[in-house]
Amino acid sequence: MPSKANGQAVLAYLGERWAAFFLLLLLVVFSLVGRNFFSIKNFSNILYFATTYALLSAGETFVIVTGGIDLSVGFVMGFVGVSSAIVMRDMFAAHYSQAVCMVVGTLVGLAVGILPGLVNGFLVARLRVPPFIATLGMYGVANGVALALSQGFPIYFLPPRVQQIGNSFIAYAVPGRPLTFFQRPPDLKPDEIRALVGIVPGTVLVAAVILLISWFVLKRTRFGQHTYAIGGSKDAALRSGINVPRHLTWIYVLSSVFASLAGIIYVFRIGLGNFTTFNSSYELFAIAGVVIGGASLMGGKGSIGGALIGTLILMTLENGLNIVGIQAFFRYIATGLILIAAVMIDQFALERRSSFV
Amino acid sequence: MSETVLAARRAGGATRWMGRNWALLFLLIELAAFILLGRNFQSLENIQNIFVACLPVLLLGMGETFVIITGGIDLSVGFVMGFGAVICAKFMVLLQAAGLPPSASIPLAALICLVVGLVPGFVNGVLVARLKVPAFLATFGMYGIAYGVSEIVSSNTPISGLPAEAGFIGNEYFLYIIPRKLVTFIKPDHLGPEDLKVMLSIFPIIVIIAAVFVAIFAFILRRTRFGQHNYAIGGSQDAAVRAGINVPRHLTWVYVISAFFASLSGVMYALKYVTGRADAGSARMLDSVVAVVIGGASLYGGTGTVKGTIIGALIIATLETGMVNLGVPYHFRYIAIGLILVLAVLIDQFFPELVGRGE
Amino acid sequence: MADAMLQVRGLTKRFGGLTAVDHVDLEVRPGEVVGLLGDNGAGKSTLIKMISGVYHPDDGQIFFHGKEAKMGSPMDALNLGIETLYQDLALAENLNVYANIFLGREMTKPFLGFIKVLDHDTMHAESSKVLKRLEIEIPSLRSQIKNLSGGQRQAVAISRSIYWNAKLLIMDEPTAALGVAEQRKVLDLVRVLRGQNIPVIIISHQMYDIFSVTDRLVIMRRGKKVAERNTKETTPDEVVGLIIGSEEVERKN
Repeated sequence: MPSKANGQAVLAYLGERWAAFFLLLLLVVFSLVGRNFFSIKNFSNILYFATTYALLSAGETFVIVTGGIDLSVGFVMGFVGVSSAIVMRDMFAAHYSQAVCMVVGTLVGLAVGILPGLVNGFLVARLRVPPFIATLGMYGVANGVALALSQGFPIYFLPPRVQQIGNSFIAYAVPGRPLTFFQRPPDLKPDEIRALVGIVPGTVLVAAVILLISWFVLKRTRFGQHTYAIGGSKDAALRSGINVPRHLTWIYVLSSVFASLAGIIYVFRIGLGNFTTFNSSYELFAIAGVVIGGASLMGGKGSIGGALIGTLILMTLENGLNIVGIQAFFRYIATGLILIAAVMIDQFALERRSSFV
Repeated sequence: MSETVLAARRAGGATRWMGRNWALLFLLIELAAFILLGRNFQSLENIQNIFVACLPVLLLGMGETFVIITGGIDLSVGFVMGFGAVICAKFMVLLQAAGLPPSASIPLAALICLVVGLVPGFVNGVLVARLKVPAFLATFGMYGIAYGVSEIVSSNTPISGLPAEAGFIGNEYFLYIIPRKLVTFIKPDHLGPEDLKVMLSIFPIIVIIAAVFVAIFAFILRRTRFGQHNYAIGGSQDAAVRAGINVPRHLTWVYVISAFFASLSGVMYALKYVTGRADAGSARMLDSVVAVVIGGASLYGGTGTVKGTIIGALIIATLETGMVNLGVPYHFRYIAIGLILVLAVLIDQFFPELVGRGE
Repeated sequence: MADAMLQVRGLTKRFGGLTAVDHVDLEVRPGEVVGLLGDNGAGKSTLIKMISGVYHPDDGQIFFHGKEAKMGSPMDALNLGIETLYQDLALAENLNVYANIFLGREMTKPFLGFIKVLDHDTMHAESSKVLKRLEIEIPSLRSQIKNLSGGQRQAVAISRSIYWNAKLLIMDEPTAALGVAEQRKVLDLVRVLRGQNIPVIIISHQMYDIFSVTDRLVIMRRGKKVAERNTKETTPDEVVGLIIGSEEVERKN
């Protein structure tokens, strides 16, 4: 075969994996250009901020693969955060032990977070409301409820250990001392405290486990296969006996639950419950992450790994630009630009591939 | 023939009219409810408040109407409005500092804003119409870009220092009537307290300005070739292409129109609140889509009217004003809007024959 | 007629004031290929949809293997072994060949003892077998459907039905969107099915296909069955005449 065809094949291969290469490129460029970019502390930072977005993207991946979309994730996150914070605050005020408060608060948050998903699923799967509208409606409702519950103010007075746990690391390292796990090394001298480095935040580990499980489900189980099938052809799935309405309902519940997890983790991290503001645009970043990672809004295509890479690209950009001294709001511009670029590259790669089949 | 159509036929003309105009009915019922339950809801001042309150949603909705009819969507309108507000405010401040009197700086700033505001629309249009990026994604990307740019231009703080006359235009009325005494276009000074109490202020200025633009574009949509082509593209893009319509160029114009209205809404914001902020329109994207859908448009394209969008915007504005009047916490507004949106789509979905589309 | 696999008596379907199918009788025997013909609106699709459980008949009965069959839903028909291939084929473009053959009924194997994971290897092997049995050649079973030609897609759709033990296959315009060579291949496939005693009902407008592969023809017009012919005993002209209802043919009958 002439090398031109091989050249096309290589381009198509690269085109499909451009996100991973782009991430690598970003990491290299920022390491060279920014001071302290390439350090454990900074990478920890990136991962730390990436957790909420990664979880939102993971949930969104399932939805987007079926050809749908979930615009409510940002507000569900706020709504669940507020709910579980209120439970924790009130139970703490009623003198329950901190552990009980936190466990109940988390469970309540998760339970409450299933509701938006059920409603979304019902609207989309059984009433055949376009996902865009159904979740846009939920976007409004979830936000309204969060505001109503919180009266527009953050929820304070949570059990103190909440924030401790949220900011704990898997391991701690101080030069000249052995590694300690889950707890800081005892009796640190002041200059040792300054040199203390936390390795892998606990919340990151939780998110990583969840992402791993999601990846497994989407790629290796029947449930995942059916998700792709519905995205590829809802008709084909229906006629093959797949219970599409039920499956779709599960998908939207999943998305909601992931958003709830993100909300709960957020509460643990900042130690208070807060509703989501309109400008945070969590859904923008979640969806962008998934699409940059290779998903198609038409459905049938996408992966957890891709969503993770997409999220990391966005986080690395923000972190890197910050270190280099560029204003924070470029992040929005960058997200928008990369999102658009992602779709265009995807379309070019598509044409390249099909042209020599 | 389906059972619903037969039932609808048997139900007679009155029921069909009700089905087709359910939004108008809903608005009337809503008004009646608030008049009954509220305090002095039907006062002249309050009714005019409703019109003022509906402006952002209406203007954004005007642009969206054009876009949605072609089967697309513009998610960037909220932040382009913010962008418009910021640019307009900024230029008012700059021009004033450069020594221009308000009578020049204000219109000039507005003009600059409207022109600059066409850029996001042009970009959206090129992306959607020529680069075939799905409308959802292109405008979603622009949403982020517009917000970022607005924040940078405004250095993340609301812009202040606008000429006071801007606030005058934004908050005052066209006509003042003191019964049996005075009819004037300019707000009278030095009024005694009794005169002040009975003075009627009519036609908020910004409502008039907005109404002019709404009327112009309603005409364009309904009576010109451009409007006709809009519906054609929404009905079947393929058929439109084959009929010789320059679809890419038309679509580019449509997104420019959407951005124009978003910027106009930003100008109105700057005039009303005498400031410019990047998040001026952040909450409005949802509302504008809701207004258009309530008004009878289908997200798949091909249908929708300005009249419908106006009713949709009024429904939302009445809800807001009513809630304030009744003292209901603001948060419930979001819940209500979300519910109305879903209701509108369900009606559209399940009773298309009743609403007159199945025929 | 005891060895008829499918028997339909007096089947009727009305929509509002319109009678789409008017007391139609039909029979299909094992190993037979029956062509169902008629102009647009003749009622062919509606008849088929009643047999495959999509519509409920307003009157009449369906017998399968001699027993009455009440089709409440498409699943009922599928459970009996009646598979229908519509024009759009119902394949998932983004999945590969064996994934489509096993769509909805994927094989799994245990992972770490208790988690059910997709068993790609077995599905691939089984699909290979059925494709071979039907004498279909597709270079790679891992190719996505969207990369296959129209004829190959038909073949995959048919393989899926066969793998799941279809006893009767209904094909709606199987060669409509295909090129000449591919049409041949699909017709060959139909002959293979006949050879394996699986009856096929084909709805088609292509005279060439009808005459090259069917044993019997049933012609419908305006909801009624107007004629039945053995393929060898008739001509395309006569058939066309019956379809459009020209007077000469009616007088002959």
